[in-house]
Amino acid sequence: MSVALEAKLGQAWKKPHFIKNPAWRWALILGSIAYFAAAWSGIDINFGRIARGWERGWQFISAFGDPDFTSRWDDIYKGIYESVVMTIASTVVGIAISIPIALGAARNIAPLPVYLVCRAVIAVSRALNEIIVAIILVAILGFGPLAGFITLSFATIGFLAKLLAEDIENMSKSQAEAIKSTGASWTQWINFGVQPQVMPRLIGLSMYRLDINFRESAVLGLVGAGGIGGTLNTAFSRYEFDTVAAILLIIIVTVMFLEYLSGIIRARIQ
Amino acid sequence: MPMQEKNGQKVWQLRTTKSQWIRWGMWLVGLVIFILSWQEISDKTLWFMMDNVGEVIVDIGSRATPPRWSYINQLWWPIWDTLAMATLGTIFALIMAVPVAFMAARNTTPSKFFVRPFALLIIVSTRSVNSLIWALLLVSIVGPGVFAGLIAISIRSIGFCAKLLYEAIEEISETQVEAIRATGASPLQVMVYGIVPQIMPAFAGIAVFRWDINIRESTVLGLVGAGGIGLQLQSSLNVLAWPQVSLILLVILFAVIIGEWISAKVRGAII
Repeated sequence: MSVALEAKLGQAWKKPHFIKNPAWRWALILGSIAYFAAAWSGIDINFGRIARGWERGWQFISAFGDPDFTSRWDDIYKGIYESVVMTIASTVVGIAISIPIALGAARNIAPLPVYLVCRAVIAVSRALNEIIVAIILVAILGFGPLAGFITLSFATIGFLAKLLAEDIENMSKSQAEAIKSTGASWTQWINFGVQPQVMPRLIGLSMYRLDINFRESAVLGLVGAGGIGGTLNTAFSRYEFDTVAAILLIIIVTVMFLEYLSGIIRARIQ
Repeated sequence: MPMQEKNGQKVWQLRTTKSQWIRWGMWLVGLVIFILSWQEISDKTLWFMMDNVGEVIVDIGSRATPPRWSYINQLWWPIWDTLAMATLGTIFALIMAVPVAFMAARNTTPSKFFVRPFALLIIVSTRSVNSLIWALLLVSIVGPGVFAGLIAISIRSIGFCAKLLYEAIEEISETQVEAIRATGASPLQVMVYGIVPQIMPAFAGIAVFRWDINIRESTVLGLVGAGGIGLQLQSSLNVLAWPQVSLILLVILFAVIIGEWISAKVRGAII
Protein backbone atom coordinates (compact mmCIF):
# COMPACT_ATOMS: atom_id res chain seq x y z
CA MET A 1 0.00 0.00 0.00
CA SER A 2 2.57 2.47 1.09
CA VAL A 3 4.86 1.44 -1.77
CA ALA A 4 2.06 2.03 -4.25
CA LEU A 5 1.36 5.39 -2.68
CA GLU A 6 5.06 6.37 -2.92
CA ALA A 7 5.13 5.45 -6.57
CA LYS A 8 2.04 7.50 -7.27
CA LEU A 9 3.30 10.63 -5.52
CA GLY A 10 3.57 13.56 -7.84
CA GLN A 11 1.22 12.09 -10.45
CA ALA A 12 -2.17 13.62 -11.03
CA TRP A 13 -5.15 11.41 -10.09
CA LYS A 14 -7.11 10.04 -12.98
CA LYS A 15 -10.62 8.69 -13.00
CA PRO A 16 -10.55 4.88 -13.23
CA HIS A 17 -11.94 3.58 -16.50
CA PHE A 18 -15.36 1.97 -16.57
CA ILE A 19 -14.01 -1.09 -18.39
CA LYS A 20 -10.63 -2.14 -17.02
CA ASN A 21 -9.23 -4.12 -19.95
CA PRO A 22 -8.06 -1.60 -22.61
CA ALA A 23 -8.47 -4.08 -25.48
CA TRP A 24 -12.12 -4.69 -24.60
CA ARG A 25 -12.71 -0.98 -24.03
CA TRP A 26 -11.38 0.05 -27.42
CA ALA A 27 -13.09 -2.84 -29.18
CA LEU A 28 -16.40 -1.76 -27.66
CA ILE A 29 -15.90 1.91 -28.50
CA LEU A 30 -14.78 1.25 -32.09
CA GLY A 31 -17.49 -1.35 -32.58
CA SER A 32 -20.23 1.04 -31.48
CA ILE A 33 -18.84 3.85 -33.63
CA ALA A 34 -18.74 1.53 -36.63
CA TYR A 35 -22.32 0.41 -35.99
CA PHE A 36 -23.63 3.94 -35.55
CA ALA A 37 -21.88 5.08 -38.72
CA ALA A 38 -23.33 2.14 -40.65
CA ALA A 39 -26.80 2.72 -39.21
CA TRP A 40 -26.66 6.43 -39.95
CA SER A 41 -25.46 5.91 -43.51
CA GLY A 42 -28.54 3.78 -44.20
CA ILE A 43 -30.81 6.71 -43.47
CA ASP A 44 -31.33 8.93 -46.45
CA ILE A 45 -32.35 12.45 -45.63
CA ASN A 46 -34.03 14.30 -48.42
CA PHE A 47 -33.22 17.92 -47.61
CA GLY A 48 -35.29 19.26 -50.49
CA ARG A 49 -38.34 17.48 -49.12
CA ILE A 50 -37.65 18.75 -45.60
CA ALA A 51 -37.34 22.33 -46.85
CA ARG A 52 -40.67 21.97 -48.59
CA GLY A 53 -42.25 20.24 -45.61
CA TRP A 54 -40.88 22.74 -43.17
CA GLU A 55 -43.63 25.19 -44.02
CA ARG A 56 -46.13 22.53 -43.07
CA GLY A 57 -44.28 21.86 -39.82
CA TRP A 58 -44.43 25.51 -39.01
CA GLN A 59 -48.16 25.54 -39.77
CA PHE A 60 -48.55 22.64 -37.35
CA ILE A 61 -46.62 24.37 -34.57
CA SER A 62 -48.45 27.66 -35.02
CA ALA A 63 -51.77 25.76 -35.07
CA PHE A 64 -51.25 25.11 -31.37
CA GLY A 65 -51.58 28.83 -30.81
CA ASP A 66 -54.95 28.78 -32.53
CA PRO A 67 -56.52 25.32 -32.21
CA ASP A 68 -59.85 24.81 -33.95
CA PHE A 69 -62.27 23.00 -31.66
CA THR A 70 -65.47 24.06 -33.37
CA SER A 71 -65.57 23.23 -37.07
CA ARG A 72 -65.15 19.46 -36.59
CA TRP A 73 -66.49 19.36 -33.04
CA ASP A 74 -69.04 16.61 -33.78
CA ASP A 75 -66.33 14.26 -35.07
CA ILE A 76 -63.99 15.12 -32.21
CA TYR A 77 -66.71 14.59 -29.64
CA LYS A 78 -67.70 11.22 -31.12
CA GLY A 79 -64.08 10.09 -31.26
CA ILE A 80 -63.26 11.13 -27.71
CA TYR A 81 -66.46 9.57 -26.40
CA GLU A 82 -65.65 6.31 -28.15
CA SER A 83 -62.09 6.40 -26.80
CA VAL A 84 -63.29 6.95 -23.23
CA VAL A 85 -65.88 4.18 -23.55
CA MET A 86 -63.28 1.76 -24.93
CA THR A 87 -60.83 2.72 -22.20
CA ILE A 88 -63.31 2.15 -19.35
CA ALA A 89 -64.74 -1.11 -20.67
CA SER A 90 -61.38 -2.62 -21.56
CA THR A 91 -59.75 -1.61 -18.26
CA VAL A 92 -62.59 -3.20 -16.25
CA VAL A 93 -62.56 -6.41 -18.28
CA GLY A 94 -58.77 -6.50 -18.35
CA ILE A 95 -58.54 -6.19 -14.56
CA ALA A 96 -61.25 -8.82 -14.05
CA ILE A 97 -59.35 -11.29 -16.22
CA SER A 98 -55.89 -10.45 -14.95
CA ILE A 99 -56.63 -11.01 -11.24
CA PRO A 100 -57.14 -14.79 -11.55
CA ILE A 101 -54.19 -14.97 -13.97
CA ALA A 102 -52.03 -13.05 -11.49
CA LEU A 103 -53.00 -15.50 -8.73
CA GLY A 104 -52.06 -18.34 -11.05
CA ALA A 105 -48.76 -16.71 -12.01
CA ALA A 106 -47.58 -16.28 -8.40
CA ARG A 107 -45.32 -19.20 -7.56
CA ASN A 108 -46.13 -19.09 -3.81
CA ILE A 109 -49.85 -19.65 -4.44
CA ALA A 110 -50.21 -21.67 -7.61
CA PRO A 111 -48.97 -25.20 -8.37
CA LEU A 112 -46.37 -25.52 -11.13
CA PRO A 113 -48.64 -26.46 -14.11
CA VAL A 114 -51.03 -23.55 -13.44
CA TYR A 115 -48.04 -21.26 -12.96
CA LEU A 116 -46.54 -22.19 -16.33
CA VAL A 117 -49.83 -21.72 -18.20
CA CYS A 118 -50.48 -18.31 -16.64
CA ARG A 119 -46.91 -17.14 -17.25
CA ALA A 120 -47.24 -18.20 -20.90
CA VAL A 121 -50.43 -16.13 -21.27
CA ILE A 122 -48.62 -13.12 -19.80
CA ALA A 123 -45.59 -13.59 -22.06
CA VAL A 124 -47.74 -13.78 -25.20
CA SER A 125 -49.74 -10.70 -24.23
CA ARG A 126 -46.59 -8.70 -23.52
CA ALA A 127 -44.73 -9.71 -26.66
CA LEU A 128 -47.47 -8.65 -29.08
CA ASN A 129 -47.65 -4.96 -29.84
CA GLU A 130 -51.13 -3.43 -29.39
CA ILE A 131 -51.21 -2.09 -32.93
CA ILE A 132 -50.41 -5.49 -34.41
CA VAL A 133 -53.09 -7.19 -32.30
CA ALA A 134 -55.52 -4.48 -33.42
CA ILE A 135 -54.68 -5.06 -37.10
CA ILE A 136 -55.32 -8.78 -36.79
CA LEU A 137 -58.56 -8.23 -34.86
CA VAL A 138 -59.80 -5.66 -37.36
CA ALA A 139 -59.16 -8.22 -40.10
CA ILE A 140 -61.21 -10.78 -38.18
CA LEU A 141 -63.96 -8.69 -36.58
CA GLY A 142 -64.23 -5.79 -38.97
CA PHE A 143 -63.85 -2.07 -38.25
CA GLY A 144 -65.21 -0.62 -35.01
CA PRO A 145 -64.57 -0.24 -31.32
CA LEU A 146 -65.03 -3.95 -30.53
CA ALA A 147 -61.59 -4.72 -32.01
CA GLY A 148 -60.04 -1.91 -29.99
CA PHE A 149 -61.82 -3.05 -26.84
CA ILE A 150 -60.49 -6.61 -27.15
CA THR A 151 -56.99 -5.35 -28.01
CA LEU A 152 -56.80 -3.13 -24.94
CA SER A 153 -58.25 -5.81 -22.64
CA PHE A 154 -55.68 -8.27 -23.93
CA ALA A 155 -52.82 -5.81 -23.45
CA THR A 156 -54.04 -5.00 -19.92
CA ILE A 157 -53.71 -8.67 -18.94
CA GLY A 158 -50.00 -8.83 -19.72
CA PHE A 159 -49.23 -5.63 -17.86
CA LEU A 160 -51.43 -5.98 -14.78
CA ALA A 161 -51.12 -9.73 -14.21
CA LYS A 162 -47.32 -9.61 -14.40
CA LEU A 163 -46.88 -6.77 -11.93
CA LEU A 164 -49.61 -8.05 -9.59
CA ALA A 165 -48.10 -11.55 -9.60
CA GLU A 166 -44.73 -10.07 -8.65
CA ASP A 167 -46.38 -8.22 -5.78
CA ILE A 168 -48.12 -11.38 -4.57
CA GLU A 169 -44.80 -13.23 -4.67
CA ASN A 170 -43.25 -10.52 -2.50
CA MET A 171 -46.02 -10.50 0.12
CA SER A 172 -45.38 -11.25 3.78
CA LYS A 173 -45.80 -14.97 4.40
CA SER A 174 -46.62 -14.68 8.09
CA GLN A 175 -49.88 -12.77 7.58
CA ALA A 176 -51.11 -15.28 5.05
CA GLU A 177 -50.09 -18.14 7.32
CA ALA A 178 -51.91 -16.59 10.30
CA ILE A 179 -55.14 -16.66 8.32
CA LYS A 180 -54.47 -20.23 7.18
CA SER A 181 -53.89 -21.40 10.77
CA THR A 182 -57.40 -20.26 11.79
CA GLY A 183 -58.72 -23.01 9.53
CA ALA A 184 -59.75 -20.70 6.69
CA SER A 185 -60.82 -22.16 3.36
CA TRP A 186 -58.83 -21.33 0.19
CA THR A 187 -61.13 -18.45 -0.81
CA GLN A 188 -61.06 -17.03 2.74
CA TRP A 189 -57.29 -17.33 2.73
CA ILE A 190 -57.03 -15.38 -0.54
CA ASN A 191 -59.64 -12.87 0.61
CA PHE A 192 -58.26 -12.09 4.07
CA GLY A 193 -54.62 -13.19 3.88
CA VAL A 194 -53.46 -12.16 0.40
CA GLN A 195 -55.87 -9.55 -0.94
CA PRO A 196 -55.39 -6.87 1.77
CA GLN A 197 -51.62 -7.00 1.23
CA VAL A 198 -51.74 -6.37 -2.53
CA MET A 199 -54.81 -4.10 -2.67
CA PRO A 200 -52.97 -0.72 -2.64
CA ARG A 201 -50.71 -1.86 -5.47
CA LEU A 202 -53.63 -3.27 -7.43
CA ILE A 203 -55.52 0.03 -7.23
CA GLY A 204 -52.41 2.00 -8.17
CA LEU A 205 -51.65 -0.25 -11.14
CA SER A 206 -55.28 -0.15 -12.30
CA MET A 207 -55.25 3.64 -12.32
CA TYR A 208 -51.97 3.63 -14.21
CA ARG A 209 -53.35 1.17 -16.74
CA LEU A 210 -56.46 3.31 -17.24
CA ASP A 211 -54.13 6.13 -18.18
CA ILE A 212 -52.14 3.92 -20.60
CA ASN A 213 -55.30 2.49 -22.17
CA PHE A 214 -56.59 5.97 -22.91
CA ARG A 215 -53.32 6.90 -24.58
CA GLU A 216 -53.31 3.69 -26.62
CA SER A 217 -56.96 4.09 -27.59
CA ALA A 218 -55.93 7.35 -29.24
CA VAL A 219 -53.81 5.47 -31.82
CA LEU A 220 -55.88 2.33 -32.34
CA GLY A 221 -58.15 4.36 -34.61
CA LEU A 222 -55.27 4.66 -37.10
CA VAL A 223 -55.80 1.02 -38.03
CA GLY A 224 -59.59 1.24 -37.83
CA ALA A 225 -60.16 -0.08 -34.33
CA GLY A 226 -62.30 2.80 -33.11
CA GLY A 227 -61.64 5.89 -31.02
CA ILE A 228 -60.21 9.35 -31.58
CA GLY A 229 -57.34 8.02 -33.73
CA GLY A 230 -59.61 7.76 -36.75
CA THR A 231 -60.61 11.41 -36.46
CA LEU A 232 -56.97 12.35 -35.99
CA ASN A 233 -55.91 10.42 -39.07
CA THR A 234 -58.61 12.07 -41.17
CA ALA A 235 -57.57 15.51 -39.95
CA PHE A 236 -53.93 14.76 -40.80
CA SER A 237 -54.74 13.58 -44.29
CA ARG A 238 -56.77 16.74 -44.88
CA TYR A 239 -53.85 18.82 -43.54
CA GLU A 240 -56.26 20.44 -41.07
CA PHE A 241 -53.57 21.15 -38.53
CA ASP A 242 -55.75 23.36 -36.35
CA THR A 243 -58.12 20.43 -35.78
CA VAL A 244 -55.13 18.14 -35.19
CA ALA A 245 -53.83 20.58 -32.60
CA ALA A 246 -57.23 20.66 -30.89
CA ILE A 247 -57.38 16.84 -30.71
CA LEU A 248 -53.80 16.57 -29.44
CA LEU A 249 -54.49 19.23 -26.80
CA ILE A 250 -57.57 17.32 -25.63
CA ILE A 251 -55.52 14.10 -25.40
CA ILE A 252 -52.69 15.81 -23.50
CA VAL A 253 -55.06 17.51 -21.06
CA THR A 254 -56.99 14.28 -20.43
CA VAL A 255 -53.79 12.33 -19.85
CA MET A 256 -52.51 15.00 -17.45
CA PHE A 257 -55.83 15.00 -15.60
CA LEU A 258 -55.80 11.19 -15.32
CA GLU A 259 -52.21 11.24 -14.11
CA TYR A 260 -53.07 13.87 -11.51
CA LEU A 261 -56.13 11.90 -10.37
CA SER A 262 -54.21 8.63 -10.11
CA GLY A 263 -51.48 10.44 -8.16
CA ILE A 264 -54.05 11.62 -5.60
CA ILE A 265 -55.69 8.20 -5.31
CA ARG A 266 -52.34 6.42 -4.98
CA ALA A 267 -51.17 8.88 -2.33
CA ARG A 268 -54.38 8.33 -0.33
CA ILE A 269 -54.26 4.54 -0.27
CA GLN A 270 -50.56 4.14 0.48
CA MET B 1 -64.81 -2.00 16.27
CA PRO B 2 -68.02 -2.45 14.23
CA MET B 3 -70.38 -5.01 15.77
CA GLN B 4 -73.69 -6.52 14.86
CA GLU B 5 -76.30 -8.19 17.04
CA LYS B 6 -77.27 -11.61 15.73
CA ASN B 7 -79.56 -13.83 17.86
CA GLY B 8 -78.52 -11.89 20.96
CA GLN B 9 -74.82 -12.47 20.19
CA LYS B 10 -72.32 -9.87 19.12
CA VAL B 11 -70.65 -10.69 15.82
CA TRP B 12 -67.53 -8.97 14.45
CA GLN B 13 -67.80 -7.07 11.18
CA LEU B 14 -65.13 -5.55 8.97
CA ARG B 15 -67.01 -2.29 8.38
CA THR B 16 -69.90 -0.35 9.91
CA THR B 17 -73.25 -0.67 8.19
CA LYS B 18 -73.03 2.87 6.86
CA SER B 19 -69.60 2.52 5.26
CA GLN B 20 -70.70 -0.82 3.85
CA TRP B 21 -73.67 0.87 2.15
CA ILE B 22 -71.43 3.59 0.74
CA ARG B 23 -69.19 0.91 -0.66
CA TRP B 24 -72.06 -0.93 -2.30
CA GLY B 25 -73.28 2.37 -3.74
CA MET B 26 -69.89 3.08 -5.30
CA TRP B 27 -69.69 -0.41 -6.76
CA LEU B 28 -73.17 0.12 -8.23
CA VAL B 29 -72.12 3.42 -9.83
CA GLY B 30 -69.04 1.73 -11.27
CA LEU B 31 -71.12 -1.13 -12.61
CA VAL B 32 -73.57 1.25 -14.27
CA ILE B 33 -70.71 3.14 -15.96
CA PHE B 34 -69.24 -0.11 -17.21
CA ILE B 35 -72.58 -1.37 -18.56
CA LEU B 36 -73.21 1.95 -20.35
CA SER B 37 -69.73 1.74 -21.90
CA TRP B 38 -70.29 -1.81 -23.01
CA GLN B 39 -73.65 -0.88 -24.52
CA GLU B 40 -72.00 1.86 -26.57
CA ILE B 41 -69.45 -0.59 -27.95
CA SER B 42 -72.14 -3.17 -28.57
CA ASP B 43 -74.30 -0.66 -30.44
CA LYS B 44 -71.46 0.11 -32.82
CA THR B 45 -70.76 -3.54 -33.54
CA LEU B 46 -72.49 -5.41 -36.31
CA TRP B 47 -73.27 -8.55 -34.34
CA PHE B 48 -74.70 -10.46 -37.28
CA MET B 49 -71.18 -10.30 -38.75
CA MET B 50 -69.92 -12.21 -35.71
CA ASP B 51 -71.81 -15.40 -36.57
CA ASN B 52 -69.02 -16.67 -38.78
CA VAL B 53 -66.04 -15.37 -36.79
CA GLY B 54 -64.87 -18.92 -36.22
CA GLU B 55 -64.81 -19.59 -39.95
CA VAL B 56 -62.94 -16.33 -40.61
CA ILE B 57 -60.29 -17.21 -38.04
CA VAL B 58 -59.85 -20.69 -39.52
CA ASP B 59 -59.78 -19.21 -43.03
CA ILE B 60 -57.11 -16.60 -42.24
CA GLY B 61 -55.18 -19.13 -40.19
CA SER B 62 -55.09 -21.61 -43.06
CA ARG B 63 -54.03 -18.92 -45.52
CA ALA B 64 -51.30 -17.63 -43.19
CA THR B 65 -49.66 -21.02 -42.68
CA PRO B 66 -47.07 -21.94 -43.62
CA PRO B 67 -45.21 -18.59 -43.64
CA ARG B 68 -43.50 -17.75 -46.93
CA TRP B 69 -39.94 -18.33 -45.76
CA SER B 70 -38.34 -17.18 -49.03
CA TYR B 71 -39.73 -13.67 -48.39
CA ILE B 72 -37.12 -13.24 -45.64
CA ASN B 73 -34.58 -12.19 -48.28
CA GLN B 74 -36.56 -9.01 -48.89
CA LEU B 75 -36.78 -8.32 -45.17
CA TRP B 76 -33.10 -7.96 -44.23
CA TRP B 77 -32.94 -4.24 -45.10
CA PRO B 78 -36.21 -3.35 -43.34
CA ILE B 79 -34.99 -5.22 -40.24
CA TRP B 80 -31.71 -3.30 -40.33
CA ASP B 81 -33.64 -0.02 -40.74
CA THR B 82 -35.94 -0.87 -37.85
CA LEU B 83 -33.03 -1.59 -35.53
CA ALA B 84 -31.21 1.56 -36.67
CA MET B 85 -34.33 3.62 -35.99
CA ALA B 86 -34.64 2.20 -32.47
CA THR B 87 -30.94 2.51 -31.59
CA LEU B 88 -30.21 5.93 -33.08
CA GLY B 89 -33.58 7.20 -31.84
CA THR B 90 -32.70 6.15 -28.29
CA ILE B 91 -29.32 7.88 -28.52
CA PHE B 92 -30.74 11.16 -29.85
CA ALA B 93 -33.46 11.01 -27.21
CA LEU B 94 -30.88 10.56 -24.45
CA ILE B 95 -28.79 13.46 -25.75
CA MET B 96 -31.87 15.70 -25.57
CA ALA B 97 -33.24 14.19 -22.36
CA VAL B 98 -30.15 14.81 -20.20
CA PRO B 99 -30.35 18.64 -20.19
CA VAL B 100 -34.13 18.48 -19.78
CA ALA B 101 -33.75 16.15 -16.79
CA PHE B 102 -31.18 18.44 -15.14
CA MET B 103 -33.54 21.38 -15.71
CA ALA B 104 -36.46 19.46 -14.25
CA ALA B 105 -34.81 18.03 -11.13
CA ARG B 106 -35.50 20.19 -8.07
CA ASN B 107 -31.90 20.05 -6.81
CA THR B 108 -30.14 20.93 -10.07
CA THR B 109 -32.58 23.23 -11.86
CA PRO B 110 -31.25 26.73 -12.58
CA SER B 111 -34.60 28.29 -11.72
CA LYS B 112 -37.57 26.70 -10.00
CA PHE B 113 -40.14 29.11 -11.34
CA PHE B 114 -39.10 29.63 -14.95
CA VAL B 115 -36.98 26.73 -16.19
CA ARG B 116 -38.53 23.83 -14.25
CA PRO B 117 -42.15 24.26 -15.44
CA PHE B 118 -40.85 24.56 -19.00
CA ALA B 119 -38.88 21.31 -18.66
CA LEU B 120 -41.89 19.56 -17.12
CA LEU B 121 -44.03 20.78 -20.02
CA ILE B 122 -41.59 19.23 -22.51
CA ILE B 123 -41.69 15.96 -20.56
CA VAL B 124 -45.50 15.80 -20.38
CA SER B 125 -46.22 16.83 -23.95
CA THR B 126 -43.69 14.47 -25.56
CA ARG B 127 -44.78 11.61 -23.33
CA SER B 128 -48.54 11.81 -23.80
CA VAL B 129 -48.44 11.71 -27.58
CA ASN B 130 -47.85 8.24 -28.98
CA SER B 131 -44.92 7.67 -31.36
CA LEU B 132 -47.33 6.67 -34.15
CA ILE B 133 -48.93 10.12 -33.96
CA TRP B 134 -45.50 11.76 -33.99
CA ALA B 135 -44.63 9.62 -37.00
CA LEU B 136 -47.86 10.61 -38.75
CA LEU B 137 -46.98 14.26 -38.28
CA LEU B 138 -43.31 13.89 -39.25
CA VAL B 139 -44.15 11.94 -42.39
CA SER B 140 -46.10 14.96 -43.54
CA ILE B 141 -43.20 17.28 -42.69
CA VAL B 142 -40.00 15.44 -43.72
CA GLY B 143 -41.61 12.98 -46.10
CA PRO B 144 -42.02 9.21 -45.76
CA GLY B 145 -38.95 7.21 -44.82
CA VAL B 146 -36.73 6.05 -42.00
CA PHE B 147 -35.76 9.60 -41.06
CA ALA B 148 -39.33 10.48 -40.03
CA GLY B 149 -39.51 7.35 -37.87
CA LEU B 150 -36.14 8.11 -36.31
CA ILE B 151 -37.24 11.60 -35.25
CA ALA B 152 -40.62 10.29 -34.06
CA ILE B 153 -38.89 7.71 -31.87
CA SER B 154 -36.47 10.31 -30.46
CA ILE B 155 -39.18 12.85 -29.64
CA ARG B 156 -41.42 10.25 -28.03
CA SER B 157 -38.56 8.95 -25.87
CA ILE B 158 -37.42 12.34 -24.54
CA GLY B 159 -40.24 12.61 -22.01
CA PHE B 160 -39.89 9.04 -20.80
CA CYS B 161 -36.09 9.19 -20.34
CA ALA B 162 -36.10 12.69 -18.86
CA LYS B 163 -38.81 11.79 -16.34
CA LEU B 164 -37.03 8.70 -15.04
CA LEU B 165 -33.68 10.48 -15.10
CA TYR B 166 -34.85 13.53 -13.16
CA GLU B 167 -36.37 11.29 -10.52
CA ALA B 168 -32.98 9.58 -10.20
CA ILE B 169 -31.24 12.96 -9.94
CA GLU B 170 -33.59 14.06 -7.17
CA GLU B 171 -32.72 10.92 -5.20
CA ILE B 172 -28.93 11.40 -5.17
CA SER B 173 -27.13 11.68 -1.85
CA GLU B 174 -26.31 15.33 -1.20
CA THR B 175 -23.30 14.52 1.02
CA GLN B 176 -21.21 13.24 -1.89
CA VAL B 177 -21.94 16.39 -3.87
CA GLU B 178 -21.05 18.45 -0.80
CA ALA B 179 -17.75 16.59 -0.43
CA ILE B 180 -16.76 17.38 -4.00
CA ARG B 181 -17.82 21.00 -3.59
CA ALA B 182 -15.73 21.26 -0.39
CA THR B 183 -12.56 20.52 -2.41
CA GLY B 184 -13.18 23.74 -4.29
CA ALA B 185 -14.50 22.14 -7.47
CA SER B 186 -16.15 24.26 -10.15
CA PRO B 187 -19.87 23.65 -10.89
CA LEU B 188 -18.90 21.58 -13.93
CA GLN B 189 -16.54 19.45 -11.84
CA VAL B 190 -19.25 19.01 -9.20
CA MET B 191 -21.49 17.75 -11.97
CA VAL B 192 -18.91 15.35 -13.41
CA TYR B 193 -17.50 13.95 -10.16
CA GLY B 194 -20.37 14.42 -7.70
CA ILE B 195 -23.64 13.90 -9.57
CA VAL B 196 -22.87 11.90 -12.70
CA PRO B 197 -21.34 8.84 -10.98
CA GLN B 198 -24.41 8.58 -8.76
CA ILE B 199 -26.92 8.56 -11.63
CA MET B 200 -24.81 6.51 -14.06
CA PRO B 201 -26.41 3.11 -13.18
CA ALA B 202 -29.91 4.60 -13.46
CA PHE B 203 -28.94 6.24 -16.76
CA ALA B 204 -27.67 3.00 -18.27
CA GLY B 205 -30.75 1.15 -17.04
CA ILE B 206 -33.09 3.74 -18.57
CA ALA B 207 -31.16 3.66 -21.85
CA VAL B 208 -31.48 -0.09 -22.41
CA PHE B 209 -35.06 -0.13 -21.10
CA ARG B 210 -36.08 2.54 -23.59
CA TRP B 211 -34.13 0.84 -26.36
CA ASP B 212 -36.19 -2.30 -25.72
CA ILE B 213 -39.46 -0.34 -25.91
CA ASN B 214 -38.27 1.49 -29.02
CA ILE B 215 -37.66 -1.77 -30.87
CA ARG B 216 -41.31 -2.67 -30.27
CA GLU B 217 -42.51 0.74 -31.38
CA SER B 218 -40.29 1.02 -34.45
CA THR B 219 -41.68 -2.23 -35.86
CA VAL B 220 -45.11 -0.64 -36.37
CA LEU B 221 -44.07 2.88 -37.43
CA GLY B 222 -44.00 1.76 -41.07
CA LEU B 223 -47.80 1.49 -40.98
CA VAL B 224 -47.99 5.26 -41.34
CA GLY B 225 -45.12 5.39 -43.82
CA ALA B 226 -42.20 5.99 -41.49
CA GLY B 227 -39.96 3.17 -42.70
CA GLY B 228 -38.84 -0.12 -41.23
CA ILE B 229 -40.49 -3.50 -41.31
CA GLY B 230 -43.95 -2.02 -40.72
CA LEU B 231 -43.91 -0.81 -44.32
CA GLN B 232 -43.62 -4.40 -45.57
CA LEU B 233 -46.36 -5.41 -43.13
CA GLN B 234 -48.65 -2.73 -44.48
CA SER B 235 -48.08 -3.61 -48.13
CA SER B 236 -48.51 -7.34 -47.45
CA LEU B 237 -51.75 -6.64 -45.60
CA ASN B 238 -53.01 -4.46 -48.44
CA VAL B 239 -52.67 -7.27 -50.96
CA LEU B 240 -53.88 -9.85 -48.39
CA ALA B 241 -50.63 -11.81 -48.67
CA TRP B 242 -51.19 -13.67 -45.43
CA PRO B 243 -48.13 -15.99 -45.67
CA GLN B 244 -45.94 -12.86 -45.83
CA VAL B 245 -47.85 -11.27 -42.94
CA SER B 246 -47.29 -14.29 -40.75
CA LEU B 247 -43.56 -14.32 -41.56
CA ILE B 248 -43.26 -10.61 -40.73
CA LEU B 249 -45.12 -11.12 -37.45
CA LEU B 250 -42.75 -13.96 -36.56
CA VAL B 251 -39.74 -11.75 -37.35
CA ILE B 252 -41.17 -8.94 -35.19
CA LEU B 253 -41.87 -11.32 -32.32
CA PHE B 254 -38.33 -12.68 -32.59
CA ALA B 255 -36.82 -9.16 -32.60
CA VAL B 256 -38.90 -8.13 -29.58
CA ILE B 257 -37.91 -11.21 -27.59
CA ILE B 258 -34.20 -10.75 -28.44
CA GLY B 259 -34.41 -7.07 -27.49
CA GLU B 260 -36.07 -7.86 -24.17
CA TRP B 261 -33.50 -10.58 -23.45
CA ILE B 262 -30.54 -8.25 -24.15
CA SER B 263 -32.05 -5.44 -22.09
CA ALA B 264 -32.77 -7.79 -19.16
CA LYS B 265 -29.15 -9.09 -19.30
CA VAL B 266 -27.66 -5.60 -19.40
CA ARG B 267 -29.87 -4.31 -16.59
CA GLY B 268 -29.04 -7.41 -14.53
CA ALA B 269 -25.32 -6.74 -15.04
CA ILE B 270 -25.62 -3.06 -14.04
CA ILE B 271 -27.88 -3.25 -11.01
